Amino acid sequence: MRKALLAFLYFLAAAAALAFLALPILAIFVHVPPGRLIDQLSNPVVTDALIVSFKTTLIAQALILLFGTPTAYLLASRRFPGRSLCVTLVELPLVLPPAVAGIGLLAAFGRAGLLGSSLSAAGITIPFTQTAVTIAVAFVASPLYIRQAIAAFEAIDPNLVAASRTLGAGPARTFFRVILPLSRGGLAAGEALAFARGLGEFGATIMFAGSLQKVTQTLPLAIYAEFEVNFDVTLAISALLVLISAAVLISLKLTSLWQPSEQISPSRFARLSWS
Amino acid sequence: MATLRADFTLPLRSFELELALEVDRTVALVGPSGAGKTSVLRAIAGLVRPPRGRIALGDDVWLDTDRRLFRKPDERRVGLVFQEYALFPHLTVRQNVAYAGKERADEYLERFRISQLADARPAALTGGERQRVAVARALARGPGVILLDEPLSALDAHTKGAVRAELQELLQELALPTILVTHDFEDAAALADLVGVIVDGNLRQFATPSELVDRPTDAFVASFTGANLLRGKARRLDDDMTVVQLETGELVYSTEWGEGDVGVVIYPWEVSIGRLHQDDSAMNLIQGEIRSVTAVGNRVRVRVGPITAEVTASSADKLELARGGTAFASFKATGTRLVPLA
Repeated sequence: MRKALLAFLYFLAAAAALAFLALPILAIFVHVPPGRLIDQLSNPVVTDALIVSFKTTLIAQALILLFGTPTAYLLASRRFPGRSLCVTLVELPLVLPPAVAGIGLLAAFGRAGLLGSSLSAAGITIPFTQTAVTIAVAFVASPLYIRQAIAAFEAIDPNLVAASRTLGAGPARTFFRVILPLSRGGLAAGEALAFARGLGEFGATIMFAGSLQKVTQTLPLAIYAEFEVNFDVTLAISALLVLISAAVLISLKLTSLWQPSEQISPSRFARLSWS
Repeated sequence: MATLRADFTLPLRSFELELALEVDRTVALVGPSGAGKTSVLRAIAGLVRPPRGRIALGDDVWLDTDRRLFRKPDERRVGLVFQEYALFPHLTVRQNVAYAGKERADEYLERFRISQLADARPAALTGGERQRVAVARALARGPGVILLDEPLSALDAHTKGAVRAELQELLQELALPTILVTHDFEDAAALADLVGVIVDGNLRQFATPSELVDRPTDAFVASFTGANLLRGKARRLDDDMTVVQLETGELVYSTEWGEGDVGVVIYPWEVSIGRLHQDDSAMNLIQGEIRSVTAVGNRVRVRVGPITAEVTASSADKLELARGGTAFASFKATGTRLVPLA
């Protein structure tokens, strides 16, 4: 009897939690008919924001991959004094309030900032440009990729790397033929998370880059800007972002399914199971 | 054929590995786990960098700390077979073997009878197949030295015999300087011309397998080769006889010289077993309970009190040896070796 009551309470709590989490997402789609949502997507505010968002996100992701991968590999494969400090530093933007990140970027790259005078001497202005959006996105999103990449590199059996070296392969060939293929599942997962985080970036961007249509207004900033102008547009953009986020999450789970079984990389999300 | 000369020191976690080796045939390194055997292979392959020493294959110098010379693993001609084989899980068997050089991959697949597995991934192979792929991959590099880290330990007993015979034939045919790390004396005896015993980072004994059996320099070597090791206190009787009082109380006579804490080494095949007290030329007689009777092929290992004897299956039958009964173990004073115990 008591057991049944306990089971019922569990069920009740779970049902309440699921409903609570699902309701806002559902509401976005049912508030206005789907046809009208789709119509709103051709609104210039939406198309401009879409272009800004994708351009800045893609450049930021390219930078994250280019700089984050070697950084993660170094931190995963070397033991040196100050390593934990470096790892903590890399992870810090993850827990930093986005507004603080924005202020920090302004204080560093702003006109009166740390590097501001040398930058303006070189004729470079960063704040409130599309470059600023890219920098803000890279700053907040890179820790997600680097953390996951460190975990993926650390999961590789060091004997496989040693075997490659004794078989005559230098460090570069070993990296591209052994380390990269064996960590690709983890790297893809980290990249997907960084992409999703970058696409949704709001706080740091609005502080550091402002919200200027066609220049720095990304999709999340457009939601905020259109909030009091045209609620249907904000709903349309929201619906679009929900779909993109869901697509990222599902593709993440699919990549963890096709990962080679020898590859162990800690997944941040529950795996999909087909049974 | 070039000779491999290695002479180096390498600090390990709790002691320093100090080794001077000259290898022109197959040498087995044996010793307790954690003695530094695998580190020897890693140092020769260039995977770790000894702070002091010299390693060279013939005129080809791989390490010379005096000249600040250190060649990277990919610049040394070594064929290292890892303990768990370390096959690349994301590559097929052919890609694994071709990793070091495409030209001869098919030849090695053929030679190791793994052509039919060329497109399989390592995860789908049996232990024996993985071992063959690992050896083929290491040889496809065209090495001047072969290093084998516990090449048979990942195999079950059934596969092991066949793989060992193959390996024996292969090493003979290649005639390259080879170092083999193992914890199994039988494997060492079957595959190697010389056996080096490493304990706590030092080479304790370097001899042929039969010399190790005949003249073990210390207790580890004796028990490693499968001998009985009985602890006791030795006292000289006269010029050619020592008496040892065992910890279990019995007296053992030995023609070897010994004093103080010693281990009495007796090989199981030097011990005869009887049910009755007999007078024969054997000076040593230990009476005890039969603790175990284990068949090993056509022979039987019988444990009487503290000592293990090996007798033929037919005499074990004749004597009706069974657990719990009483028996006498006898052996000659000349059949004993005394080794100092720390």
